[in-house]
Parts: sequence; structure tokens; C-alpha cells
Amino acid sequence: MCSQSLTRVLFTKQSNLKWCINTINNRLYSDKSVKPKKTPLYDLHEKYGGKVVDFAGFLLPVQYSDMSVSTSHLFTRSSASIFDVSHMLQTNVYGKDCVSWFESICPVDLKGMANGSSSLTVFLNNNGGIIDDLIVTKVKEDQLYIVSNAGRMEIDKQHMQETSETYKKSGKDLTVEFLDVSQRALIAVQGPKAVTSLQPLTNIPLADLIFMTSTIGKVAGIECRVTRCGYTGEDGVEISIPADKAITVTEALLQNSDVKLAGLGARDSLRLEAGLCLYGNDIDETITPVEASLTWLIAKRRRGEANFPGADIIMRQIKEGVDKRRVGIRIEKGAPARKDAVLKNEGKDIGKVTSGCPSPSLGGNVAMGYVAEQFKKSGTELFVNIRGKDVRCVVAKMPFVPSRYYIKK
Amino acid sequence: MTSSIIRIAARITKCRPITACSRHHQYSTEKKARYYTKKHEWVAVNGDIGTVGISQYAQEALGEVVFVQLPDVGKQVSAGEECGALESVKAASEIFSPISGTVTEKNDKAESTPSLINKSCYEDGWLFRLKLAGTEELKKLMDQTAYDKYLQESH
Repeated sequence: MCSQSLTRVLFTKQSNLKWCINTINNRLYSDKSVKPKKTPLYDLHEKYGGKVVDFAGFLLPVQYSDMSVSTSHLFTRSSASIFDVSHMLQTNVYGKDCVSWFESICPVDLKGMANGSSSLTVFLNNNGGIIDDLIVTKVKEDQLYIVSNAGRMEIDKQHMQETSETYKKSGKDLTVEFLDVSQRALIAVQGPKAVTSLQPLTNIPLADLIFMTSTIGKVAGIECRVTRCGYTGEDGVEISIPADKAITVTEALLQNSDVKLAGLGARDSLRLEAGLCLYGNDIDETITPVEASLTWLIAKRRRGEANFPGADIIMRQIKEGVDKRRVGIRIEKGAPARKDAVLKNEGKDIGKVTSGCPSPSLGGNVAMGYVAEQFKKSGTELFVNIRGKDVRCVVAKMPFVPSRYYIKK
Repeated sequence: MTSSIIRIAARITKCRPITACSRHHQYSTEKKARYYTKKHEWVAVNGDIGTVGISQYAQEALGEVVFVQLPDVGKQVSAGEECGALESVKAASEIFSPISGTVTEKNDKAESTPSLINKSCYEDGWLFRLKLAGTEELKKLMDQTAYDKYLQESH
């Protein structure tokens, strides 16, 4: 069960306050024998009263002393927040064969993407299971920029290294370069006022930078990569910054009172309301994109070619269906369902919650989980078992809160 | 529900960092000695009735409480038994009774306004009361001095 004693959840012997984000799998917490790394923004977290924890091997704030998680969450939805996401793995790939290599490990149509555009995609194993989810940017025909999960860093590195080495042995031109957190920071600026706050500080015309496009430009005088994307459902950008200038750029943004720092707590509740998956909770190596309701990630051209890892399984699932499916779950009243809470219909177990929390924007609780195929339709009434009690819940469309991406119509 | 969450959030924004205040209150337990568990629950005893809550340290660590589940009146609990839960946006924490007894009252106000637990964990934000099975178990708990020392040493 996800609920634990105060002691276990919140405290460990060797530390100051230790926080648990229940919806974030323990697995993401680093091996305790390895010292957690500081991000380039660590001093800023200290300065602004960040409650810092070891998250996936990085010292990151759960929240800041001036705001509760739900206040920070609501501030992001009404104004703008900056999240330090420097823990995520940033990778540059160079060489004229980089596009075809990348397509050999992901089901994305990178060939069909314009230069400077980005896409959500997944690394797949040979069973069609998700090794990680990531954002790839086709900088140009011979250059890619990838952002993938911190909790999967070593696995992603190994996967990219091994597959690229094999590719190179067949005479292909390809270089994979992992950016260390000591070299490169990444911040996400998210919310309806993110872009209006950023525009005065940058020479990039942000009106032209539509959702899922990326460019290089000056931010507060520093050359950065700015990508219109995020993990909150709001409009916003992610800014990749040279490590030694990360504080300068972030402080410049914070001069605007529309912008505040936010931590991992709000990041998790925001992404849940936006219906976005957390790797390790909602998706993993045993789950295919079809089961995860991410079939749209299998690009049309790639379906025809069926030459990505696990294509046979995934194409069969698309045609014939699957046994279980990721759905949104709404609990109007009562306790939130957390990871591993059992979903029931007429007394029978029919699925499991993979993440859930109270919804600061909507009230009540939101969750996502997997249900047997016949229960996937939104509006289906189910029960979820929370600490021994069966609580009413209903399958709901995601995103729970409408997305506000900057899409040109 | 929507409005209540927002109201809670709004109130939290305005509120200053919480310190153990010594306002007098009808149900004040401030003057009663509190005994603490290692899991950061406290019990204050008046006659054969014990009032249970969580410590300042626990409420700070848990963050803004948004849902409270308390044991029903009449429920018999033993020391260390799980008898409820507190939920914040980011985490769920079970409540363990510091002492054995029969629940006589639960704090409806804390159930309907969970942020009371953050604002006033030693007074208005108490959780439940119970008729003690005995006072012997109190000896196994920490008094204020011992608890302060425990916090210093272990956290």
C-alpha cells in the first residue's frame, strides 16, 4: 500500500526532513550509497527556502517555504512557475545518420518532422514495452536533442550507447553526447504568464515558437535552447542553460512577480491533472504504448513500416486490442487513491491505480490507473479500495484539466 | 469541494510559519503534559481521557493536510495500532494510536477543515480522544524533553 507511517514516509534517521512524494515511486529515489548530486540551481533552492530531498539521485526541492504544494500548484495554473528539471538527462546526437538511428529505437516519424520541431516519444524494448518516455527535438537533419528521465538515466545511457555503437559498426555516422548536470541546467517555465514573463528577456520571437518547437536564442544575455513544451498542461517552455549561468537566467525570470519557484510536489500534481504519465508509476518496461493509451505515439508512417522494436506486438495490439488500458479516474469525495490501490467492479479486482492525489484545481481527487478493457469507457462507475474501504470512483477523460498549449490554428 | 480546497489554499498563503502557540482555548491541551511516540503522534491525558494529535515536526514534514480519516467513536484501539490517515497533496500518512483505549470523540472540525492540523497541531487540530485502558503505557512514551532530544538526535 502507498500509505505508510509518518516515520517511514517522512523521516529517516540520517537526515533532516525527508519527504516522500507518494505518487513517485520509491524506485526513483537513488541508491543511498551514492551521494546525491547538486544541480546548478542548488544554491538558489537554499536561498529561496526549498525543502530539498534526494530525488532520483539529485538534491531537488519538493516545495519552497513561502507556499504549500497546492498554493504553488494553483499559482502555476494562474500565473507562472519555474521548476528545476536539471536532473533530467539531456543528450545531443550528431551525424548524418542520427535520424535513422533514432527511428530504429523509437516509433516516432522523425524523418517527417521539420527541423526545429519536437515530439514526445518512447524508447521501446523488443516486447514493445516502454524503456523510457522522452522528448526528442530534430535540431536539423544531422543533429538531435533529447531530454529523458533522471530515474532512467543509466538505463537510457546504456541503451543509446549500445544501439548507437552497433549502428556505427555498420559504417554509419553518429555521435552521442550526454550532457552532465555539471555542464548543463534545464528549467521549465510553466503557466499562462510564462511566455509574457520570458519575452522581455529574450530575442526569440515567442509568438512564432509554437507548442513542440525549439530554438536557440539569448535569455537574459545567455545563449540557451528554448523549447515550447512542459509537464503541467499549461503553456510554457523548457530552457536549457549552461550550468554556470543557470542562476543568472533563473534570477532574471524571478524578478517578475508573476513568476515563482515551484518544486517536485506541484510538478507531480500538475502533471497528474494534465493526464501526463510518470515513468515508473504509470508506464514501465512491461507496458506497451497501446496499453498506456499512448497509441498516438506510434506514427502513421512507422505503422506502415513496422520496423521499430516490438512492432509485431504493438501492431497486433492496435489491430486486435489489449486486455488492460490506462484511464483517468476521478474520486469526487473522500481520500485520494494512491499508487497500487485496487480498482473493483462488483466486488472483483479489475485493475490498479498507478498514481493519484488530491486535485488542487478541481477539488476532490484525480488518479490514473489500468483497468480491464471493458471498463475503460469514461463514465464507468467503479470502486477503489483505500485502506480497506471501497470508495466510489468514475473513469474520466484525461486531461482532467484542459490543456492550454500554444497551438497555431 | 472545489471551493473548499481553494479556500484552504488561500488561507494557507496568508498564514505565517506555524509555531506552537499558547493561545488559551476551551479545549486547550497546551498546559497538559504531552507524551510523544517516535512516529510523532502525541497524547495529553486529563483524568482517564487522552487527546491525540500529531507534533509540530510531523505537520511541517507532512505539509498542508487536505484529507483526514479518523477512527469512529466506540472503536477500540491498541497502542501502535493504525487507526486513521492524513493526506497531503504529496503524501499519505497513517495515524497510529500512541496509547490503548476506546475512542470517545473525534475532531469533526479537523475532518472538515484539515488545515487546522497544520495551523494548530497541539490545540484546535487535535485528532481524537479516547478513554484510556490504563496509564501504564504512558511510561513507554517520551515527555517533551525526551522528544526534543529525540528530534535533535535523529533528524
